[in-house]
Amino acid sequence: MADLRSEFLGIKSPNPFWLASAPPTDREINVTRAFKAGWGGVVWKTLGEDPPVVNVNGPRYGAVYSADRRLMGFNNIELISDRPLEINLREIKQVKRDWPDRAMVVSLMVPCEEAAWKKILPLVEETGADGVELNFGCPHGMSERGMGSAVGQVPEYVEMVARWCKQHTRMPVIVKLTPNITDVRHPARAARAGGADAVSLINTVNSIVSVDLDLMAPNPHTDGKGTHGGYCGPAVKPMALNMVAEIARDPATQGFPISGIGGVTTWRDAAEFMALGASNVQVCTAAMTYGFKIVEELTDGLKSWMEDKGYQRVDDIVGAAIPNVTDWQFLNLNYVVKARIDQDLCIKCGRCHIVCEDTSHQAITAEKDGHRHFEVIDAECVGCNLCVSVCPVENCITMERMTEGVDPRTGTPIDPAYANWTTHPNNPQAAE
Amino acid sequence: MADGSARSRAAGIATARLSEEDYRRNFSDLHPPLSKHEAQVESDRCYFCYDAPCVTACPTSIDIPLFIRQISADNANGAARTILSQNIFGGMCARDCPTETLCEEACVRNLAEDKPVEIGRLQRYATDSLLASGAQPFERGAPSGKRVAVVGGGPAGLACAHRLALHGHAVTVFEAREKLGGLNEYGIAAYKVAGGAAEREVDFLLAVGGMETRTGVALGRDVTLAQLRADFDAVFLGMGLAGVNALGQEGEDLPGVLDAVDYIAELRQAQNLSELPVGRRVVVIGGGMTAIDVAVQSKRLGAEDVTIVYRRGQDAMKASEYEQDLAQTNGVKIKHWGVPRRILTQDGNVSGIEFRYGQTGVDGRLEVTEESFTLDADVIFKAIGQTFIPAVLGESLEALDLSGGRLRVDEERRTSLPDVWAGGDCVAGGSDLTVAAVEDGKQAAESIHAAFSNS
Repeated sequence: MADLRSEFLGIKSPNPFWLASAPPTDREINVTRAFKAGWGGVVWKTLGEDPPVVNVNGPRYGAVYSADRRLMGFNNIELISDRPLEINLREIKQVKRDWPDRAMVVSLMVPCEEAAWKKILPLVEETGADGVELNFGCPHGMSERGMGSAVGQVPEYVEMVARWCKQHTRMPVIVKLTPNITDVRHPARAARAGGADAVSLINTVNSIVSVDLDLMAPNPHTDGKGTHGGYCGPAVKPMALNMVAEIARDPATQGFPISGIGGVTTWRDAAEFMALGASNVQVCTAAMTYGFKIVEELTDGLKSWMEDKGYQRVDDIVGAAIPNVTDWQFLNLNYVVKARIDQDLCIKCGRCHIVCEDTSHQAITAEKDGHRHFEVIDAECVGCNLCVSVCPVENCITMERMTEGVDPRTGTPIDPAYANWTTHPNNPQAAE
Repeated sequence: MADGSARSRAAGIATARLSEEDYRRNFSDLHPPLSKHEAQVESDRCYFCYDAPCVTACPTSIDIPLFIRQISADNANGAARTILSQNIFGGMCARDCPTETLCEEACVRNLAEDKPVEIGRLQRYATDSLLASGAQPFERGAPSGKRVAVVGGGPAGLACAHRLALHGHAVTVFEAREKLGGLNEYGIAAYKVAGGAAEREVDFLLAVGGMETRTGVALGRDVTLAQLRADFDAVFLGMGLAGVNALGQEGEDLPGVLDAVDYIAELRQAQNLSELPVGRRVVVIGGGMTAIDVAVQSKRLGAEDVTIVYRRGQDAMKASEYEQDLAQTNGVKIKHWGVPRRILTQDGNVSGIEFRYGQTGVDGRLEVTEESFTLDADVIFKAIGQTFIPAVLGESLEALDLSGGRLRVDEERRTSLPDVWAGGDCVAGGSDLTVAAVEDGKQAAESIHAAFSNS
């Protein structure tokens, strides 16, 4: 039996699925519903100084859909909690008391002054919360006031605030990173240098999700005007995975705990984040799309997969894929693959042919003996995987490695030895 | 379908077997139109295949993946333009094409999960949307000075006329009946063309201009082909099949023995279906689409027992499997291997019909046995095929090649007369489908246009 219990910075939770700091964790009623549904923990929606911020009364959210209106991307212009600090603190205390086995982390965002942090941290500590997460990520509304991503984009500020927080609380401190930065490793290093206990990422991505072509205004819009918002959901997962992996494999932050965030929708997404170094994951958009019940699929799916693979504890999978994340220059250039089309699975839509013909290497036939027939021409196939990407049938096209003989495309014999760009003759900087 | 009222059990041939509500329900849309949401969901299923098999399967070569992609991108009117540029009767074909043996049979989704994209219903969604918008995507070409006579205002003739008009030629359409549309107007089952779809489409088609229509004018009666050839630069013959096959049985002229096509035409034109007489026990002889149409519609008009009797086995029936299923789910019984022997009468009225059992004989030919069965009937419908009546061609007939009793045409739909083209059901070798007739008309128009351009 696989054990889903999770421990992150000493914070225990029955499973590694936390709800991220966002609307689902804004109030006692929501968080209680989440815990009843089975979520392992929450990061309470960001608290700020009184008087609380105000939100627009127009729409706060925008969506990007796939053709069947499946929500692929989501953005928001909501600000941090717009309720009085005292009410939030009281509710946090009550919920933590009612649900002692669940993780209760509180997200914070106050001005970039030591006094402000020094003031709020003891108030949070008093609630019995397990830790704090510093919101250095929000890309809209707060950043213009010198908070959120305005801090997260300056590694020196990240380090400074992290240090203040560690000085003024005994709680674990997680720094939430913004993806709206050129190289996410720098704020992660700064967080560690400042003494923070972990990073969580990613926060939302600066975005305009769509344009209302009748009003000629970005969506969502209030009184005819719109603004950029924070993008999240399945669409941002690939960017988040890369950033998590970058930090996990950076020697400067090696072993630094990571909480993975960004479009986690199924157990598989969670397993991928964890394989790339996240100790747990935080979820928001999937819950806001389907409700809290999805945690049943998340926990059961992760558990079943771990059991199938023989993993005992969640820690067993954390970082398991990191050794295989490398830089392009180290990829084996002697590894040769050809696409193979399973004729029994092929439904003859012809998309592999036309995309290869129009946009790639003219390596897939369209007919054979006057019949519609799609087959790979090895002498043209570069093994690019485009056909696999566009084929509607899973496993119909696979990439098969050539282990011997001559590559008919290059006329070069297959070399079983490993060789990469660093030693390639075409590389002007090749090692001798 | 409601048919359980006391009225419906009235003996013999009767009108008003059903309530007004029953008629309305029984003759409303067989397949309700897709809503926008349904169309979006269904269009997402299309894979946008390369050299798509559905296009190859469509007699008019509609670019199906493109029009479905246009629907999914919220461009229904653009989708309709894609459809109508290949098939000006795209709206009617969406309703009455046997898609299960054409585009939808070829859909690769059949291989993937045994369920094709609903191409027909998506096509209807697009064309309905355009017609409802009132937009006219076509423009008549600059007048060429050429004049073409089109004989027959059905799908073949009007498709030809429309394409010629787009090329700038002046067209006069001669139609023997009172209304244009041909079988779309007089032949297709009412529940497939609810809401005046056929008429609306003809109006849309004519709105492009350049087409004069003369209804109530029949070839061979009011005009001759020789006259048309003399008065026009080219002639297109698309007059369909005016003759119906006979049973050759005694009693065939009794009032209870009817031609299915005539009855369907009457039904389609009826202002009030409750005034249409319908039998209580109906026997339909035949195995094609017409047999299904008249049987299902009789049932929906309140007939108590409707039986289709076909002289051969199920696999030889011309009606598609889908149509056979439709008949059976409507409560129509289909009996195979029944060869009409004699019509039974009582007091001068039809009372039944006796059949002899058939079986497969030598060389697969139908062999009639001595065993027989009898069905009670107040009405017997003959749906055993229609024929071309060459006599309407008058003295020109001698110069026109026929094949199998119909006009012979080449690939461009040219007849053996240099200035006469033909298409639709009156030509040999066709499939007797609306969509094939439309393609004939379109091809003939292009050929006529090319002939004008070369002359």
